[in-house]
Amino acid sequence: MFGTYLRRELANRRRQTIIIAVGMALAIALVIVVNAVAAGVQNAQATALKSIYGVGTDITITEPVTAASAGGQQFQFGSGAGRTSGGTRTIGGSRLRTDFGTQTFAATTVAKAAATPGVKAATGVLSLSNTTFSGQLPGGATGGFGRSGATPRPTGGPDGAGGSAFGITRVSVLGYDVGGATIGPLTAATLTKGRSLTAADAGKDVAVLDSDYATSAKKSVGSTVSIGGKTFSVVGIVKSTSATGSSASNLYIPLDTAQNLAGDKGDVSSVYVEAASADQIGTVKTALQQTLGSTMTVNTQADLASTVSGSLSTTASLASSLGLWLSVLVLAAAFLIAVLFTVSGVNRRTREFGTLKAIGWSNRRIVGQVAGESFVQGLIGGAIGVVIGIVAIVIVNMAHPVLTASAAAAGRPAGTAAGGFGGGSGFGGGGLGRAFNQVASSASSIVLSLPITPAVFGIAVGLAVLGGLIAGAFGGWRASRLRPAEALRSVA
Amino acid sequence: MYELERVSKTYRQGGRPVAALVDVDLTIADGEFVAVQGQTGGGKSTLLQLLGALDKPTSGTIRLGEADLGRMGASELTRVRATQIGFVFQSFNLIPTLSAQENVETALAPTHVDKRERRDRAQEALESVGLGDRVAHLPSELSGGQQQRVAIARALVKQPQVLLADEPTGALDEDTRGEIVGLLESVWKDRGLTLVVVTHDSWVAHRAERRIHLKQGRVTEKAAAKV
Repeated sequence: MFGTYLRRELANRRRQTIIIAVGMALAIALVIVVNAVAAGVQNAQATALKSIYGVGTDITITEPVTAASAGGQQFQFGSGAGRTSGGTRTIGGSRLRTDFGTQTFAATTVAKAAATPGVKAATGVLSLSNTTFSGQLPGGATGGFGRSGATPRPTGGPDGAGGSAFGITRVSVLGYDVGGATIGPLTAATLTKGRSLTAADAGKDVAVLDSDYATSAKKSVGSTVSIGGKTFSVVGIVKSTSATGSSASNLYIPLDTAQNLAGDKGDVSSVYVEAASADQIGTVKTALQQTLGSTMTVNTQADLASTVSGSLSTTASLASSLGLWLSVLVLAAAFLIAVLFTVSGVNRRTREFGTLKAIGWSNRRIVGQVAGESFVQGLIGGAIGVVIGIVAIVIVNMAHPVLTASAAAAGRPAGTAAGGFGGGSGFGGGGLGRAFNQVASSASSIVLSLPITPAVFGIAVGLAVLGGLIAGAFGGWRASRLRPAEALRSVA
Repeated sequence: MYELERVSKTYRQGGRPVAALVDVDLTIADGEFVAVQGQTGGGKSTLLQLLGALDKPTSGTIRLGEADLGRMGASELTRVRATQIGFVFQSFNLIPTLSAQENVETALAPTHVDKRERRDRAQEALESVGLGDRVAHLPSELSGGQQQRVAIARALVKQPQVLLADEPTGALDEDTRGEIVGLLESVWKDRGLTLVVVTHDSWVAHRAERRIHLKQGRVTEKAAAKV
């Protein structure tokens, strides 16, 4: 009886059923899409972080930058520096130093981290920047101002009229443990040419290049590169496992070589930690913080996700703020529509329910009938919503939206920055440092892929059921309050 | 047997009390056919609702057999309605989306009869009112008289002790009126149930064993009638 009556009522009140189902379907579809976008963004953030911190890194340890070490790069030249030719003086220089915004600390931290309970592996890296400066300025700009009343017309320089031109190239260099570390930035890259660095390369001037950098710098296996004034042999080329991004650094060299070259002997700039179990990450973070003290910054991948910026970050914000509230709003509207239509339906069926009560139907049976009808309407809406949601996800995935992701965190990502400026000489310090900092984080492009997960559909069906039950509860409550005598009297 | 002692029913209308029934004393024997007449607003429908366990009196006692309907809880009254009392309404009150057979089956839904037996008994009830060939028809596909027959079948299918009819011919033409009254009479005679009919129609009332007149909530006249 229940099923027959329910089926006939829904079929008879087709318009109401369609309106409730469509309202519910749109809300459910929106929830599915917003959830999928949130999950997709989360995956993209993980991909962005993976390209920087490598596969398997659960926690990173860094030390906050102190004011004393936060100063910018500075090139100083003596009065006789460079060589002068035809009234133009050419000067240049190369410096290898710790990456901007990065603080080094004792490599013993790696051992302390590795010995912390719950830690499976730990490895240290030294993130460096190799900055090359070259420029031209007027060679004869020495005194003479105001001597005879008339100012001499400036000459020399690259434009022959006393101007200057400077070029700056920055290459990121990462010193890493070549003794077989199982985690770290290179775990997110694959070897495409040559060989990887091995324990036998410790202390040697050998380098592995990122394929993007190798292409732009026209380098290959067997070439040489200059790092901090020393010549390194290129033994291998690696490529990021990310479809569109570069790997963590332009160049990879043995850690001890990097330490010696940068004058940071016995120091690292980041420690990468892998927890023994994914569900212990929080505990391990706490243990590490206790072991290493409050001066060290211990971040999990979840903490680092907030450092990802760019359109990926914007999408994440949209998904979590606008998407969430839009979902809640549409869901509330759908529930409200379902409740109003159900209560209105009960009011129209006063005579029907009064009659059923008169022939012996209990309140419970009538409430069950009304709730059952709403429940099925919700389920129909949920089913349509799931279909719309899947179609929307498939359309988004087919469109391959590309988001940019930048991360500026410990173990600062790589990038090659080239700058040039003209004008008078006299520069250095903070201004240039800031300019570097602005370009120091690398932007990688990540294709947003929305996952279709059973959990999302579970939530969607749950919401549809909830919507149906809420509407049914209101409708049932209204029906249960109908007193048979009054219901029949109102008909009369 | 119904026994009513000093039964009063007062409603509140616009904040003011309105007496629908005042100190009604009435006995209706088992198997009796009683017609209730009176002016509009005289309390006929209220009396029928009290007899049908749809409402409780404001004061006084009303008994159906051993059961004191005024003291029963809602679930007990529901059980009485489901098993002992059949209703027939002026406007038939069939569920428009259900077929004739399914409408009759609704009366058996609360009685825990299994599906097969429910279907068989509904079929029998419809055949007994001459609608064996209309079981699959929706109410909208039936005439007024046929709809009232379905309503009577619905009231009879649970084999009640009492059949209460509120203006059962009020929405029918004269010919159909005769058919329905004839059907009610034959059912009453064949099944030996108590039949109470509220009617404005004197022709219908004169078919009853006894006529009760209600005026302003009071029983003003009791007249014997010949069937």
